Amino acid sequence: MIAPAQSLPTGRRHLIGIAGLSPQDITELLDLAEAEVAVSRQVEKKKSVLKGRTQINLFFEASTRTQASFELAGKRLGADVMNMSVASSSVKKGETLIDTAMTLNAMRPDLLVVRHHSAGAVALLAQKVACSVVNAGDGAHEHPTQALLDALTIRRHKGRIARLVVAICGDVLHSRVARSNILLLNALGAEVRVVAPSTLLPSGIDQMGVRVFRRMDEGLKGADVVMMLRLQRERMEGAFVPSVREYFRYFGLDAAKLAHAKPDALVMHPGPMNRGVEIASEIADGPASVIEEQVEMGVAVRMAVIEHLIGLSAEGNT
Amino acid sequence: MSERPLVVETIRIVDPARKLDAVGTIVVENGVITAAGPDALNQGRPEGAMLIDGSGLTALPGLVDARVFIGEPGGEHRETIASASRAAAAGGVTSILTMPDTDPVIDDVAIAEFVMRTARDTALVNVFPAAALTKGLKGREMTEIGLLADAGVKAFTEGRKTLADPALMRRIMTYARDFGAVVMHETTDAALAGSGVINEGLYASWLGLPGIPGEAEIIPLERDLRLAALTGCRYHAAKISLGESAAVVANAKRRGLAVTAGVSINHLSLNENDVGQYRTYFHLSPPLRREEDRLAMVEALADGTVDVIVSSHDPQDADDKRRPFAEAEAGAIGLETLLPAALRLHHSGAVPLMRVVEAMTSAPAALLGLDQGTLKPGAPADLVLVDLDRPFVFTEDLIRSRSKNSAFENARFAGQVLRTIVAGRTVFEAAR
Repeated sequence: MIAPAQSLPTGRRHLIGIAGLSPQDITELLDLAEAEVAVSRQVEKKKSVLKGRTQINLFFEASTRTQASFELAGKRLGADVMNMSVASSSVKKGETLIDTAMTLNAMRPDLLVVRHHSAGAVALLAQKVACSVVNAGDGAHEHPTQALLDALTIRRHKGRIARLVVAICGDVLHSRVARSNILLLNALGAEVRVVAPSTLLPSGIDQMGVRVFRRMDEGLKGADVVMMLRLQRERMEGAFVPSVREYFRYFGLDAAKLAHAKPDALVMHPGPMNRGVEIASEIADGPASVIEEQVEMGVAVRMAVIEHLIGLSAEGNT
Repeated sequence: MSERPLVVETIRIVDPARKLDAVGTIVVENGVITAAGPDALNQGRPEGAMLIDGSGLTALPGLVDARVFIGEPGGEHRETIASASRAAAAGGVTSILTMPDTDPVIDDVAIAEFVMRTARDTALVNVFPAAALTKGLKGREMTEIGLLADAGVKAFTEGRKTLADPALMRRIMTYARDFGAVVMHETTDAALAGSGVINEGLYASWLGLPGIPGEAEIIPLERDLRLAALTGCRYHAAKISLGESAAVVANAKRRGLAVTAGVSINHLSLNENDVGQYRTYFHLSPPLRREEDRLAMVEALADGTVDVIVSSHDPQDADDKRRPFAEAEAGAIGLETLLPAALRLHHSGAVPLMRVVEAMTSAPAALLGLDQGTLKPGAPADLVLVDLDRPFVFTEDLIRSRSKNSAFENARFAGQVLRTIVAGRTVFEAAR
């Protein structure tokens, strides 16, 4: 058991995290997402399975890409989608998360897609509303749809997840993407590695089901997948690593470092990228990169998740 | 107004100040204990006395809780002195030391006197204010320690805060020593704790919450103990939570320093896993630690390294707790559960009853220089009658505190307070 024993309120109604999903749950979602990829590649991209249903994207933390991806996913399923951006700075003091949740709940949506800067906030909100909730990222906790889209991308290229060597590189400490990926990849039987300076690794990382490396050449040796993480700007200049140039020198993915991975290794990044910080442009745009495909899979995975949660509840499940 | 004399017959008396654990009789006249022990059995009773049959029950000195946060003045929506005193009475706590981080801060004589006056007029139990170490808790200028002590302030503390400036801390400790004042300090290095809200470690990492390393407690604690050696100040480490903190306190005691330590009942009862999935009632400061540390604190209590158990009663209203974990206020109420939770240590055999009771009666009374905390003849008649084995579930509807943020909600306990007496007057009686 590598995750906390109590699982989050996942299952039928909500998707709060990868924790609590069984390998079978994950595989089912990936299979469903595979079918949604086909939908998105048709000329006519719209299904009607969620016709008349309302999806609200509630983003307490700005994110153009994830919000657009969820919006498109909802629309392609036929739902009415509304975006609410509540940049944390503009939330008036006094209006708590719970107040916001209750207000939106009163509008009787069928689905809330929530991103929040604080770990656990989405689960808290899910307790207070009557509809399904999808976690679009909560603090440094989880970002389950990102891990699912990463898995779908990998599976389409490698045919499987089990026994692949996946190296997750960079700011694991602050990364919800890393946590969700560690959980998912372990659940499906991959060998997970993390590569980072120790100042960017969480306490107890060696007990989180990963092998820990502090050097890229060692961590990438024989890797099937190299997953780069974004380094936030405010963490680049002295607080966690000394400088951008030093970080890039030792931990940025360039051709020389990538050469240690398998020749057919995939390069991934959850975006948005800092070119020249964690990844060199030639790699980001090179033949090993599947970064754009990740964006495409993102829409498909989110369609699958939404359809699974509220498409099912349409069949009599409240 | 003088109360009727009171006689409690054939009751087990546990009085750590006298190392007494025997069946006897307690006689109270004019708010003072006139007899308490086996030698008072069958000695007749004062005329007109109220008689209580204590068979099967245990009498303890009323508990002295040396760390209670109250909202009055300034945060009466969370707790008033009166509501805290009702909670205390129900929990068998008859004396409380209130923390100075009110609004305004208890940092001068007028405000300390306001608290004492309000307590006299509205409280069911004895209320002793602690005053701030620095004016406004700002960490710059020391308070009028001499005047405050003369006005009745029993200890000096920055409340939740830790004084960062070592030079000022040294001068305050030096000055306090001259007045014989007790300096109580809760130690957290704010910079090292950073944005942390939970014990640093694997559990925090999975939750994605920023962690607080144990060193944030230990480093300023070690600094303070060195300053205690330098200054000779009477120093009390208010709320330690780590095995290593206990070790450095034990070392200071071996060196003969005038140092004592306290632990909150939460850190004797709970560990970081109780946070579960972001349960904010378990968001405490210092954070709940590993199970190894909880066990180390129990051991430190048993061997006397830790002198005092406190409730660290800290009422927070629902709006400040119903937030994402990192944004919720830290703290939990505890006056009503201090005794039953501490009795778990006795029932489990981890700590002898005498030692558990001592840590909540005579030890804190000695720390604060109070006459309370004992049942010896001549002492104020503050006592609590307990059925040590009676089970109950602490449900929300039992909570008398104005705030409901208990870390023991729905906990099962054995040991119920049946009657609490302050200065000879019954201030709480359990429904039969």
